[in-house]
Amino acid sequence: MHIVDRRLNPGGKSLVNRQRFLRRARAYVQQAVRDSLQDRSIKDLDKERQISIRRDAIHEPTLHHAGQGGNRERVLPGNREYMEGDRIKRPQGGGGAGSQAGEGEGADEFRFALSREEFLDLFLDDLELPDMAKKRLVAGKVEGVRRAGYSTLGNPSNLSVPRSMQKAMSRRLALRRPSSAQLRQVEDAIAEIEAREKPLPNDAAALKKLREERAHLVRRRNLIAYIDPVDLRYRRFEPQPRPVAQAVMFCLMDVSGSMTAHMKDLAKRFFALLHLFLSRCYEHVEVVFIHHTDRAAEVDEQTFFYSTVTGGTLVSSALDKLLEVVKDRYSPNDWNIYVAQASDGDTMASDNDRVVSLMQDQILRIAQYAAYLEVGREEFAGIEATATTGLWNAYAPVMEANRHFAMRKVSHRREIYPVFRELFQRRGVSEGARN
Amino acid sequence: MKGGIASAPLFTGSDWDFSLLNRIYDAIEPIAIGEMKLNIYPNQLEIISAEQMLDAYSSIGMPLFYKHWSFGKQFVTNETLYRKGLRGLAYELVINSDPCINYLMQENSATMQTLVIAHAAFGHNHFFKNNYVFRQWTDAEGILDYLEFAKRYIASCEERYGQLAVERVLDAAHALMNQGVHRYPRIRPRDLKAEAEREAERQAFRDRIFDDLWRTVPMGGKAAAVPNDQRRAALGLPQENILYFLEKTGPRLESWQREILRIVRLIAQYFYPQRQTKAMNEGAATYTHYRIMTTLHQRGLITDGSFMEFIQSHTGVVYQPTYDSGHFGGFNPYALGFGIMSDIERICDTPTDEDREWFGDIAGSRDPVEVLKDIWANYRDESFVSQFLSPHLIRQWRLFKILDHEGESEVRVDAIHDERGYRRIRRALAREHDIARQEPDIQVVDVDLAGDRTLMLEHGVIDGVLLDDADAAMVLQNLANLWGYEVVLSEVDMETRKEFKSHRCQPRVDWTV
Repeated sequence: MHIVDRRLNPGGKSLVNRQRFLRRARAYVQQAVRDSLQDRSIKDLDKERQISIRRDAIHEPTLHHAGQGGNRERVLPGNREYMEGDRIKRPQGGGGAGSQAGEGEGADEFRFALSREEFLDLFLDDLELPDMAKKRLVAGKVEGVRRAGYSTLGNPSNLSVPRSMQKAMSRRLALRRPSSAQLRQVEDAIAEIEAREKPLPNDAAALKKLREERAHLVRRRNLIAYIDPVDLRYRRFEPQPRPVAQAVMFCLMDVSGSMTAHMKDLAKRFFALLHLFLSRCYEHVEVVFIHHTDRAAEVDEQTFFYSTVTGGTLVSSALDKLLEVVKDRYSPNDWNIYVAQASDGDTMASDNDRVVSLMQDQILRIAQYAAYLEVGREEFAGIEATATTGLWNAYAPVMEANRHFAMRKVSHRREIYPVFRELFQRRGVSEGARN
Repeated sequence: MKGGIASAPLFTGSDWDFSLLNRIYDAIEPIAIGEMKLNIYPNQLEIISAEQMLDAYSSIGMPLFYKHWSFGKQFVTNETLYRKGLRGLAYELVINSDPCINYLMQENSATMQTLVIAHAAFGHNHFFKNNYVFRQWTDAEGILDYLEFAKRYIASCEERYGQLAVERVLDAAHALMNQGVHRYPRIRPRDLKAEAEREAERQAFRDRIFDDLWRTVPMGGKAAAVPNDQRRAALGLPQENILYFLEKTGPRLESWQREILRIVRLIAQYFYPQRQTKAMNEGAATYTHYRIMTTLHQRGLITDGSFMEFIQSHTGVVYQPTYDSGHFGGFNPYALGFGIMSDIERICDTPTDEDREWFGDIAGSRDPVEVLKDIWANYRDESFVSQFLSPHLIRQWRLFKILDHEGESEVRVDAIHDERGYRRIRRALAREHDIARQEPDIQVVDVDLAGDRTLMLEHGVIDGVLLDDADAAMVLQNLANLWGYEVVLSEVDMETRKEFKSHRCQPRVDWTV
């Protein structure tokens, strides 16, 4: 009998099969992932999660008997009441006589967990942030590497030849190679000759020869290196904090009386997506929540989405607030700035000029990208709303003039994701979609 | 009782280490080999983690297997169930190979490791080595080599022909896997190792002599029309092994596709005995572990506490819910096998008059292990139930038989656990364990060689039970793709030759692209 410990064997033998399974079910998984956006807070959108897909997507058919029909017999355990010849009503929906046909479309789902990476890959598979080029480097904590002296262990490609030779040389010098005995022998011979009171006839020649030999040995000792594994030195690198790109995301939301809970929900979903997306691209993403009625305030997420403040609408107040916060804390030189604004578009006509000028002349100069999301009533879902709002009309020329400003209308949560994708699609793909 | 009382138990806590596993094995071996006289393959115990157990699960319990998405699907299902705590993992996994490989999970307690060694390394191992179905059909020595070959071969096909093309062929072959076995031993058992070598040689030979010019040499005129019987005989029809038929005669298949069908078929054949002997195999292993654990306890080699732990898990394994309990999902093979085997032990040791009448040849034989070993060697589930399900057990389990006829609104109780019912219940339960009967009987009956090469199959319908429509359509599509021409499957009553239904399917063009 043998005992073999397999625990240290590389695990994940099923990884390839798992990937193949996901690839096969990709379309279904992707849909399921997008649907799962419902009912998540902005922050925990990217947690590992369960998803379920239709079973028939990955069904493996075999030839087998139908669940019903024909004459069947069956043996069952646990009889307490029946006698031979008794008749029993056939149980409804399965039981002893096989299951009913056509049941369980909803229940017959295939559930499994996606890891965080798998989830995000499927969720954001072809999105990209616009204008990633303007990355300001500031002190942060992304890891880089820097040289950090030498070490005795390392990768062959990091072998430092000069340093290894130097080590070998000094070792040989220290150990006096060629061997000291050899040198001493020569030196002894020289000393013996020199010590003679009366030189012998061929002493001079011998002395000359010995001195030459000594010089030769010394020279060899100095010049010829012999590399032993202990001499090898590798360049060492160590991780070091390096500057990173960082971003701030401004969420502006109209919370005036005309914004319904449904509209806020739409806005929240959009912001959640944006946050998730930014956190993938930047080491640091800060979120600033600004809500406004006729006055604007910076608030926390909870208040932002669930407060009951109400009042008139003055969009410019929010833009003013944004600029104020930028001036205070987020210098455009150090931060990539993203703006997402959600509103029902119901605004005071007198304010529009100011809104446009703030957006066009100030915000778009410092922001990487700004998006305006006009949220509509659920009843209008699916209908292309022909009526335009004051804010929409005001922003329309801004969009014409600026490539990094976009606006879209959304009235049902199922439209959020497509709109988001449209806004943040990879360059080149998006050119056509923008109009 | 043979053997004395040990001075100290093998272990006290639940921790184990390698030296303890050795001592446990050394304590069990004399009981299993010395006293029960089991005949086993050499054992190899492998300690694995839970994740590795999940891996092994997902490839039909084999340590190595070719890549396919359905194993990934298995994996995610098992993993989800396991993580949610809906299902524990098996404590053990054992492979019918020589040497016999037993997986032990590192999470098991010392008691569970003892149980697993007794159950798998001796019980299953003995069954694999001695049961006639396994001896006839499986090549324990060659299986691991063959799987290695299959894995390599399929990987190399993926390199040559693309992953998708290979996947399509495998999908189609998997759909027909249950129709890929020879049910009757007409063909000699496989030597899987030689099989792998033979294919490698064939491949090398083809590569060596490959000359594209040969393709252009004219092949001569059309074959003359052949009489029906002769044609069918030449094609080996009727043929129940559809994969075998396709591999040998499929006109449109490339040689690598044939080889993949062959791989799937040989693996299906390897697992066929396991499907025929589930109750017996689990029963034999459970009976063996029960006897060994009891003996260990009697001799003081395991403590009362760990015996209690064992009993708890043992009763969980052999629990049989009643039909109305809400947990009923058919017969539990562990319960059925162990139940009948314990009953045989009772019949051997303390028979009643009824037992003497029913089981004259074994009643009172006083050596239950010898009797059981003979049964383990010479029966499969169907014959085992039909021979050894006793009236005593039928009463104990309160078995009854129902008839469910199409078109009637009520189900009739046909037999219960009384004098009149014993034999009928026993026969019916045996039939439920006959996979040749539980699985539809489908055969290739003819090919229209002169016309459009339509492949004709027949499902021999028993008692009016037809095929599942939706699945049959999908499998047929796969079959048509492999065959390359139209396929027709008629469902015909076995007795009256009346046709209930017929399915037709055209192949898809470029289905591997």
